Amino acid sequence: MNAAERRLARDPNLAAVLREADGVLAAATGHTVSRRTFLKLAGLAGGGLTLGFNLSATSAAQGASAAGELEFNAFLKISPDGSILIYNKNPEVGQGIKTAFPMIVAEELDADWNDVRVEQSPINEALYGRQAAGGSRSIPGAWNQLREAGATARAMLVRAAADTWGVAVAECRTAASVVTHEASGRRLSYGELAAAAAALPVPDVASLTLKSRSDYRLLGQRISGVDNEQIVTGQPLFGIDTQLPGMLYACYIKCPATGGRVRAANLDEIRALPGVLDAFVIEGNDVMTELMPGLAIVGESTWATQKARASLRVDWDESTASKDSWTDLVRQATALADQPGSATLRDDGDVTRAFEAAAQTVEAFYSYPFLSHAPLEPQNCTAWYRDGALEIWAPSQTPQRALQSVASAVAIPVEKITLHQTRIGGGFGRRLINDYVCEVAAIATRVGAPVKLQWSREDDMAHDFCRPAGFHAMQAALDKAGRLTAWQDHFITFTYDGQAPVPGGDARGEIFPMGLVDNLRMTQSMLPLGTPTGAWRAPRSNGFAFPLQSFCHELAVAAGRDHLEFLLEVVGEPRWLEDGNDGALHTGRAAAVIRLAAERAGWGRPLPAGRALGLAFYFSHAGHFAEVADVSVDKNRKLTVHKVTVAGDVGPIVNRSGAESQCQGAVVDGLSTLLGLQITMENGRVQESNFHQYPLLRMPNAPVVDVHFIESDFAPTGLGEPALPPLAPAVCNAIFTATGHRIRMLPLSKEGFHV
Amino acid sequence: MLRLNVNGKDIELENLDESTPLLWVLRDQLGLVGTKFGCGGGFCGACTVHVNGAPVRSCTLPASSAAGQNIRTIEGLATDGALHPLQQAWIEHDVPQCGYCQAGQLMSAAALLARTPAPTDADIDTAMQGNLCRCGTYQRIRAAIHSAAGKSGDAS
Repeated sequence: MNAAERRLARDPNLAAVLREADGVLAAATGHTVSRRTFLKLAGLAGGGLTLGFNLSATSAAQGASAAGELEFNAFLKISPDGSILIYNKNPEVGQGIKTAFPMIVAEELDADWNDVRVEQSPINEALYGRQAAGGSRSIPGAWNQLREAGATARAMLVRAAADTWGVAVAECRTAASVVTHEASGRRLSYGELAAAAAALPVPDVASLTLKSRSDYRLLGQRISGVDNEQIVTGQPLFGIDTQLPGMLYACYIKCPATGGRVRAANLDEIRALPGVLDAFVIEGNDVMTELMPGLAIVGESTWATQKARASLRVDWDESTASKDSWTDLVRQATALADQPGSATLRDDGDVTRAFEAAAQTVEAFYSYPFLSHAPLEPQNCTAWYRDGALEIWAPSQTPQRALQSVASAVAIPVEKITLHQTRIGGGFGRRLINDYVCEVAAIATRVGAPVKLQWSREDDMAHDFCRPAGFHAMQAALDKAGRLTAWQDHFITFTYDGQAPVPGGDARGEIFPMGLVDNLRMTQSMLPLGTPTGAWRAPRSNGFAFPLQSFCHELAVAAGRDHLEFLLEVVGEPRWLEDGNDGALHTGRAAAVIRLAAERAGWGRPLPAGRALGLAFYFSHAGHFAEVADVSVDKNRKLTVHKVTVAGDVGPIVNRSGAESQCQGAVVDGLSTLLGLQITMENGRVQESNFHQYPLLRMPNAPVVDVHFIESDFAPTGLGEPALPPLAPAVCNAIFTATGHRIRMLPLSKEGFHV
Repeated sequence: MLRLNVNGKDIELENLDESTPLLWVLRDQLGLVGTKFGCGGGFCGACTVHVNGAPVRSCTLPASSAAGQNIRTIEGLATDGALHPLQQAWIEHDVPQCGYCQAGQLMSAAALLARTPAPTDADIDTAMQGNLCRCGTYQRIRAAIHSAAGKSGDAS
């Protein structure tokens, strides 16, 4: 293990990040907090630091209520004028949570959505429980908590109305922010009742009756995002939009080879440049996810720092830096393909015997590359250090963890740090890690003024926590009837310490077709790596779905069978794969989405030469998804993806517009990635620097995406991730059917395919 | 002294490094942060503004080159308190996911409709291909442009 690998192996945040992004659902934690607790904690947390400088909507809720607003609980305030303020506790990163969460509260409250205003909540674990955006876990994790927040307040409003009228609670009904006594026709609005209701005791959660699905008025509707008007008019919302009085600007330069240190730099020269106020070295704490060594340039404007940076000359000490070479890693992985894996992860049935008894065996070697997250808002963060306390405005997917990371990086106690959640210009897992938050914290403690750190796009691509590449040497056995009898996958991944796989490169969780095939063996080999990796949208599944679902199609072809019929046979009879875990794969739900996608796409219909449908299924993050891609390929390998049909089952839909949008976006993300995206390293340096070398999909090549949901009665689960994994194999299976050419290496551009 | 006309207002900036890209003048000096930084190289279109009505990438345009020109930013797209038909359509179609690229998308789309009031899909492809959306909202952007084109008499 070299220095770079050692550093990553002992990083305290990497494992935690993976837990955050993990789609495996624990039982939802009912984290209900009474109003009394809320008031007590809010009083403690205020500290006077947050008032007075919040010039924009980027600020979190400030604690100081508008006149007359009455608190019902940590999520909800109602004003006598009838306006309802709902706090969204989790980061909004484009997944639509700032609209979906308040919808859940408003549904149980029986609020008129037009009365609702939404603000981002403060960061407070005691009050809110988990506050993070990762793993498609927000909806399942907060479902009960939010319903209870709404239902509690509704019960208090009804009680206040009943007391006013001297009638029984059971005689009162609620709808559209009004309580009605049906017998007498008397009505009182929530605004009129707010003062009396808020003074009542908070009812016990056990006494609440939550709505059944058939009573939903708001959930399942199409609701436009709560920030949309501000977005389309260019109002300040995002981390990068933070503006503070007397604010300075900074950039931070790290070694292009991951983990290098500053030996010397021409800092005197930099300090003398126009608009530059200071330039200094930060040693950091040598934790990759917190504060790595580098140079800060602080100036009067973003441009002053960027321009000065062009004159910076640094002598880097790369003795502790990554030396990774992608070319070399591919060579090593290919050499391992024929070897048995060094560890056996799973060995069901008798694989050896099943292969001996096979009528036919099939083998293939698949690979996919490293990826960057490339959120469109480059990393940035703003901080202000005053009187031993630090105030931060952060576009972070894990704001609670950010507090811990900052405390560790700059030795300021957590109690002295206040963090405001801003809207986030895309995350995809990148902002689960708070390195940029720690960097601005370190800079802020030096400059004594508010300061905004701005990474360039090149910084963002050079210092990502990449989706790790992966290699799969696959073998399968078929019997005389063309049935799958054995499956073997030698997974070649990476390691920092020789013990555990790198984050995002581990074979945990639900992996197709585990549990579906009697004889199944998965082995693993690991290559040493010094490049930081992490969680990328649908960790693990984003890579695995391509080899596993493509190989499944190869087997159907080898057996001379229809892919749909073959896949349904593998999935088998309806059952939970893990008894008692409704976050696990259910084969009935799987078969239903596979059938629905095929039916809606017109599976089996005749198509012209060079055009075909491709099918794939994947289960991840508790979501069952099947996709059918309709693809044409011409003789120059030019692809046209005419349409992608998506069928998913994530239980009841919260916001239909947001839900469809997540699926449409996941398809575009998947196609973008499949076609031409890869990160390569040489001598420890990421070779791609900006969008000209990392060609995201553009408007002319975006397919029509047709989304269908099966709204089963299971508790709702998240949608940020599970629609992504099936896309790559669906398109590649279509390419095979159209052309006879099997794709086993991504991105497609390596073999000359293009759009 | 650099004189700019931004959203109909004359602005004079003193002691400005005139090589500063228009993007950073708008954001840092004028506080108009609706125009976004995405790549700094003209690849992503998040920084799109209008210069004399034409869509321009403000991250690569030195402010000095914009002197005396009419600059319109996302903050100036709504006029007289009324949202531009495209802004209205963006809300109706719930276009944004993260929302970061949408100011640039809207400015490119507004320039398109000003030239071509009833664009075809091919017109939309041509006009919008310089604007990346990392979240993949292209299908809704296209629908919203068609919808606004159906409504807008004077999309300028």
